[in-house]
Amino acid sequence: MTKTSFLTRSEAVGLAILALIIFVAFPVMLDDFRLNLFGKYLSYAFVAIGLVLCWGAGGILSLGQGVFFGLGGYCMAMFLKLEASTPEATAIQSTPGIPDFMDWNQISALPIWWQPFNSFAFTLIAIFVVPAAFAFVIGYAMFRRRVSGVYFAIITQAIAAIATILIVGQQGYTGGVNGITDLRTLMGWDIRPDGAKTVLYFVNAILLFGCLVVAMAIRKSKFGRVLVAMRDAEDRVRFSGYDVASFKIFIFCVGAMMAAVGGAMFTLQVGFMSPTIVGIVPSIEMVIFCAVGGRHSLMGAVYGALLVNWAKTTFSESFPELWLFGLGALFIAVVMAFPNGLAGLFDDYIKPRLRGWRQTPATAPQPAE
Amino acid sequence: MFSGYSLPELGAIITMQGFAGLILFSVFVLMALGLAIIFGQMGVINMAHGEFMILGAYVTYLVSNAFAAYMPALFGAYFFVAMVLAFCASGLLGMIVEWAMIRHLYKRPLDTLLATWGLSLILQQTFRSLFGAREVGVTIPQWMMGSLPVTDLIEIPINGIFVMVLALGISAAVYVMMYRSAWGRQVRAVTQNRVMAGAVGIDTERTDRMTFGIGCGVAGVAGAAFTMIGSTGPTSGQAYIVDTFLVVVFGGAASLLGTIASAFSISQAQSILEFFLSGSMAKVITLLVVVGILMLRPQGLFAMKLRK
Amino acid sequence: MENPNFILTVEDLSVSFDGFKAVDGLSFYIEPNECRVIIGPNGAGKTTVLDLICGRTRATAGSIEFKGAELTRMREDQIVHAGVGRKFQTPSVYEDLTVFENLEISYPRGHTVFGALTFRRDGDVDARIREVAETIFLGDFLQERAAILSHGQKQWLEIGMLLIQDPQLMMLDEPVAGMSVAERKKTAELLNRIIRDRAVIVIEHDMGFVADIATRVTVMHQGKRLSEGSMAHVQADPKVVEVYLGH
Repeated sequence: MTKTSFLTRSEAVGLAILALIIFVAFPVMLDDFRLNLFGKYLSYAFVAIGLVLCWGAGGILSLGQGVFFGLGGYCMAMFLKLEASTPEATAIQSTPGIPDFMDWNQISALPIWWQPFNSFAFTLIAIFVVPAAFAFVIGYAMFRRRVSGVYFAIITQAIAAIATILIVGQQGYTGGVNGITDLRTLMGWDIRPDGAKTVLYFVNAILLFGCLVVAMAIRKSKFGRVLVAMRDAEDRVRFSGYDVASFKIFIFCVGAMMAAVGGAMFTLQVGFMSPTIVGIVPSIEMVIFCAVGGRHSLMGAVYGALLVNWAKTTFSESFPELWLFGLGALFIAVVMAFPNGLAGLFDDYIKPRLRGWRQTPATAPQPAE
Repeated sequence: MFSGYSLPELGAIITMQGFAGLILFSVFVLMALGLAIIFGQMGVINMAHGEFMILGAYVTYLVSNAFAAYMPALFGAYFFVAMVLAFCASGLLGMIVEWAMIRHLYKRPLDTLLATWGLSLILQQTFRSLFGAREVGVTIPQWMMGSLPVTDLIEIPINGIFVMVLALGISAAVYVMMYRSAWGRQVRAVTQNRVMAGAVGIDTERTDRMTFGIGCGVAGVAGAAFTMIGSTGPTSGQAYIVDTFLVVVFGGAASLLGTIASAFSISQAQSILEFFLSGSMAKVITLLVVVGILMLRPQGLFAMKLRK
Repeated sequence: MENPNFILTVEDLSVSFDGFKAVDGLSFYIEPNECRVIIGPNGAGKTTVLDLICGRTRATAGSIEFKGAELTRMREDQIVHAGVGRKFQTPSVYEDLTVFENLEISYPRGHTVFGALTFRRDGDVDARIREVAETIFLGDFLQERAAILSHGQKQWLEIGMLLIQDPQLMMLDEPVAGMSVAERKKTAELLNRIIRDRAVIVIEHDMGFVADIATRVTVMHQGKRLSEGSMAHVQADPKVVEVYLGH
């Protein structure tokens, strides 16, 4: 069999179930506040999907995905902030018409690099291009020199650290430690009421499925198999005539772009963007979303992001102490006991049962399909 | 940025900042030494390294309190007792961690990284539960207070000198241990060829455990020294982990001298820049330069060329 | 020296690792359709020579010219596309992929990022993969994961991955190492078939096998060329006897 259809049957069923949960079950079962919260969790799923591609398939572990998430989020936040900072709305400032935090920091004119973010079209392009370009520079420098594995992880972590310090330090241009807050409208459409948040939830969900399908297409192409081959025997791939670095750069850029889309959707749904979402700690937590879901499973990544974030909200509200212990234990457990995460557990325990359960009635007469 | 300072003032500033940099250097060296053993020799990424250091700091805090309460006469000497106990506490915890966790993950370096990150979260929360979220400080013994006036403009704090001497002393001890002792030979044999080392009769598991334990113990001593110049909180260790890894990688992971040289250059650069720029920009620029250089020369500054 | 009769010209090639000269002023010339075997004691620098030719290690000095192109300045994948294929000493296959997929990755099409994303398995690909799989005795294993293959089968698979590239210069590092006698015989047969239309460089210790396939033999010792010529010639060379039997 050499001709393969795009989706196997079990993948199609998996996608359908996920769609049912996200498009029907959540909106029906959750109140507006919770639905918005789950929308926030799902915006992290973009990062986790990107990590499955980079780390699970390609063996490239980035501990700096928060930076890309943040780049997307900040691009969106800059646009929204400019829209919220009309001269009328900011009349009490000493320089009306610029974001409030700039005014507080004695900046009297909009910096040049902020100006293009007056345009929504530019912002949308920037959400993809800025993180991709940044990822390209990092990837080009590192993968061309054969830096990989642990070294790559450490350098990306350092980049996350640098990004946070820079954002916090440059208050006047970035909003500093508070981030960019008080975002109101998107092209005149108020994003704050519950109704708007529900709409954004669905937009987010649709984009997420778009990402999933793109990721599946990449994994199913020969590109995906080359990635796996690289993880197994990088030299063999190289001496089969592939420029290994360009493959790694590409997948790293794809992961960065996905993270950035998630970041932009995060900003829209939560209404702010801050450096606390960019740094070392959130970046490594994004890895755990992916690991809990199963580092090789694209759909697992979505479940992982949902589950860990839900647990975080639940536990850190009622037992803040317990949460850090729990999260720490989760890191250790997912590495030592369940290296393939939820997807691995599903494959090992649930799938065989499902099969057994399906086979028993299979002997009975079946309705025509 | 140099305008407004006279030449002697500028000289004094650079000297003072240079000295402040030397204290930072000592902290880097102390933290990086343990990591150079664990990461450089064993190739294990220990993200909880900062927490092992903080454990040493808390032990020092407890010992100083105990001396103040029960043996005030000997208070001046508490630090030396604390140092030994800090080494033992962190070292012991390190050996337990190696046994329970690390040894199962030697072939999966990226997973070690995640697991030790989990460990660091657990340790942080443990510290918070035991010692509270607020930072604690120790009382510095009388003989370590004050400073030596060198010229009218330049004064050097004694605790700074002490920490520096300590850092150099421990570096020398680690060097002797790694390169001049039978144990060091075993460690290097195991890390270079595990199977062969086992075949010639070295107990590789025990060597791994000892190496990891000693690396963590050295971090504990670093923590003890750390209390002399700063206060200790549950997350103080995490603040240093990125810098420390960069120091070790920048120096060329397997080279002890490289680690010291890179700790020196990074700390000096950061400290001198700090005077002229804001602290955060000094750090950003230093880290950016280091990351930039690592991108151009990933093997670090002092690595050897080898056939792969 | 530009000699159109040679497909590969190696001149004054040297490489040193921290002062240790692994290859030291080595020169040799390969004709099209020649099968050259490099022999020599352990540590003579044989594998390093292959590493240098395929770009895995960068030369300190000297030149490697393949069909008029200077390989020392090219990237590994560019060298492959110029027509040089390399098999490693320990079998190196993609354990998580099937035999079919292993061969497919080496199929000489869709090697760029874009090419790999848009690659389609058409009839040509399928036919060629089946043909090669038959040649390397793995026709019945196409859908198996490579991880389940025996050591010898992995060696064959790697040879197959090379074969599907159809290189003009094929370099094989100890292709029969670790094989059973039966497998060895089959491999000799396989190699004899596939080396016909191309130049081949083989590193091998098994002298019977060497005598079987070699057009010419180069003996290396301590990074230098010790002797070169027909099998009979080098076996009679007193310097060679000295290196192998002396000390």
